[in-house]
Amino acid sequence: MKKVISAMLASLGLAWAFHSQAPAADRAILVQSTTSTANSGLYDHILPIFTEATGIAVNVVAVGTGQAIKNAQNCDADVLLVHAKPAEEKFVADGYGVKRFDLMYNDFIVVGPKDDPADISGMSDVGSALKKIAESGSVFASRGDDSGTYKAELGLWKSAAVNPAAASGAWYRETGSGMGATLNAAVGMGAYTLADRATWISFGNKGDFEIMVEGDNQLFNQYGVILVNGDVCPNVKSAEGKKFVDWLRSKDGQTAIAEFTVGGQQLFFPNAGDGAT
Amino acid sequence: MQDFAEAFTVAFGLVGALDADLVEIVVLSLRVSLAAMVVSCVIGLPLGGWLAISRFRGRGVMLVVVNALMGLPPVVVGLMVYLNFSRAGPFGWLGLLYTPTAMIVAQTILITPIIAALSRQVLEDLNTEYAEQLRSLNVTGFRVVRTLVWDARFPLLTVALAGFGRAVAEVGAVIIVGGNIDHLTRVMTTAIALETSKGDLPMALALGIVLLLIALGVNALVMSLRATAARYAYA
Amino acid sequence: MLRAVIDPPAPAAPEGAASTRLRTRNIVLKIDGKSVLDGVTLDFDPDRLTVIMGPNGAGKSLLLRILHGLLKPTGGEVSWGGGPAGPPRQAMVFQKPVLLRRSVAANIDYVLPKSECRDGEECAGLLARVGLAHKARQAARLLSGGEQQRLALARALATKPEALFLDEPTASLDPPSVLMIEQLVKEIQSTGTKVLFVTHDVAQARRLADDVVFLHRGCVTDHAPAADFFGGACSPVAADFLAGKIVI
Repeated sequence: MKKVISAMLASLGLAWAFHSQAPAADRAILVQSTTSTANSGLYDHILPIFTEATGIAVNVVAVGTGQAIKNAQNCDADVLLVHAKPAEEKFVADGYGVKRFDLMYNDFIVVGPKDDPADISGMSDVGSALKKIAESGSVFASRGDDSGTYKAELGLWKSAAVNPAAASGAWYRETGSGMGATLNAAVGMGAYTLADRATWISFGNKGDFEIMVEGDNQLFNQYGVILVNGDVCPNVKSAEGKKFVDWLRSKDGQTAIAEFTVGGQQLFFPNAGDGAT
Repeated sequence: MQDFAEAFTVAFGLVGALDADLVEIVVLSLRVSLAAMVVSCVIGLPLGGWLAISRFRGRGVMLVVVNALMGLPPVVVGLMVYLNFSRAGPFGWLGLLYTPTAMIVAQTILITPIIAALSRQVLEDLNTEYAEQLRSLNVTGFRVVRTLVWDARFPLLTVALAGFGRAVAEVGAVIIVGGNIDHLTRVMTTAIALETSKGDLPMALALGIVLLLIALGVNALVMSLRATAARYAYA
Repeated sequence: MLRAVIDPPAPAAPEGAASTRLRTRNIVLKIDGKSVLDGVTLDFDPDRLTVIMGPNGAGKSLLLRILHGLLKPTGGEVSWGGGPAGPPRQAMVFQKPVLLRRSVAANIDYVLPKSECRDGEECAGLLARVGLAHKARQAARLLSGGEQQRLALARALATKPEALFLDEPTASLDPPSVLMIEQLVKEIQSTGTKVLFVTHDVAQARRLADDVVFLHRGCVTDHAPAADFFGGACSPVAADFLAGKIVI
């Protein structure tokens, strides 16, 4: 008898451990997204509004843009929300995505230690600033992964006509990590780094770091949203996913994005009206 | 360091307030890692017992392999499970990626070699004491393994706890196969990784302290159970 | 050296005991090329309690393990009853009791068939026979040395053995436990179980033995009824041993 009871208890325990929870799980969609949008708290603000309006729950996996796109190519997503326009357009062109829409933007900034060894504070031309960092050999922490921010950073170096890879391991340090981890590393070693404004504003471990360069047109950071193609990935919840994409681009969604602030500052600027590509 | 003092304040604040999100994360951590521990024991203990009592060609190689697998990097396990459970992978049709079940599978793969290798050592030691007596009593085959496992139940409890400790503390595998999805697959370690990447170091440390307290609690509970049971039938 | 292999008087063996008639033919055991048993040929009377004696290192325990089937001899053979029936049910009590890490009763239950299990009458009866009924629920390994050995004997009896091997079971036990075990062993032999008892304690051998086998350096020097053996009709080396002289 005792054995029967303990066997029953054990199987109950295992059943509890394995049962999948998530209310309205069949109506939940999966979004592959970037760390900047998730870590800043944007989703915590806008998703409850969407779920209340539609009854659709949204699960967000936050990884770098490159990994997010790869995961979506493996059909492990219903919606992709990232910030690397060329890669996004290729994703659609290769048939994985239905269509790419502009959703919102913010901007990149160069942050660095207060004592500013490369003397770039207040500059508005990011190309010259990067050149000065390279010439002075000041330490620069790069994402060094396949993220949207890293891709943007490489473009900036190119336009500044500097090849930082030559200094890899010297003043140019590739962390191979997410934005937050790279900021932690930069603060730890007093290095300049390129970050998106949203992550920076909501980042809690700033130390004595300040924004050094901002406002250059080259620092524009566009986010796009794509519904994964149900013809390529039959498991995609196309109807619910489309609803989410449509809502994000609707007046309600755009307002919700605009209303999200951290410490009184708006982090993302909706621009879905600007059209799709 | 100021961060530590602040971390303790935040930690006790969290525990004291029984923050609902924290409770959810803690419960999921325990659920996933305890399930992984149970499944690993179901697989690993008989395997360890078999390796302890059997003598066959290639046993030495097998011992080396099992012992080496104790050092499996969690990220590699996570990747393997991801590739298998991804929609594009062979088990994608199960729809398990980004669920607690996938996390249990990953942690099970991670700690089964630990359970098997450590229990093999414990059971082999006990078998040197028991082997002749059991043969004299005409006990053979799987009944020998069952006898050894039951009689070594208290040392094996420590083995199981070592597995649990490894499972509940690892982040590399569960963050890949679980995705750290809020209210669905977020556990203590992935939450700590998230707070760290947000630069909220006091919160990250506080969660670490809570994780440590949980580990202490689980171990204290098991050890007191052991002490009670030992008075009954074990010496 | 080998003065005589005296066959004990062979009474007409009852039918039932035939399967416990144990014979060995020319048993040889080599360990690392050295002979530790050298041509042991014996024919045990199933109805008489046999005590195997000899100085330390004579090969008594090894011989017992070979007879019980725990050890494979390098040469020679062990046969039971001569027929195809195969070996009878047999049990062994070791010098150092190996008890399971469970309760006293659970150690008995472990060998009882499932249907008789769970502290039933069978178990209680066996524990009463060895004076442990009141300790059924205690941890077996927290018993005293004497109690542990009595439990090991009770567990051996639970297998209902037709042959029982005991390897110096009372070495270093308290006198009450020694007496109780000796008493039980005699009872067991009288109820038809063949008992083989290894000891180097002469007084104990005198108390127990119907027949005596004396081993010296892996060879049988004597196999005789106890009365003859202790009455002086023994080999010189056995006589030295009985006289308390150091025999190597």
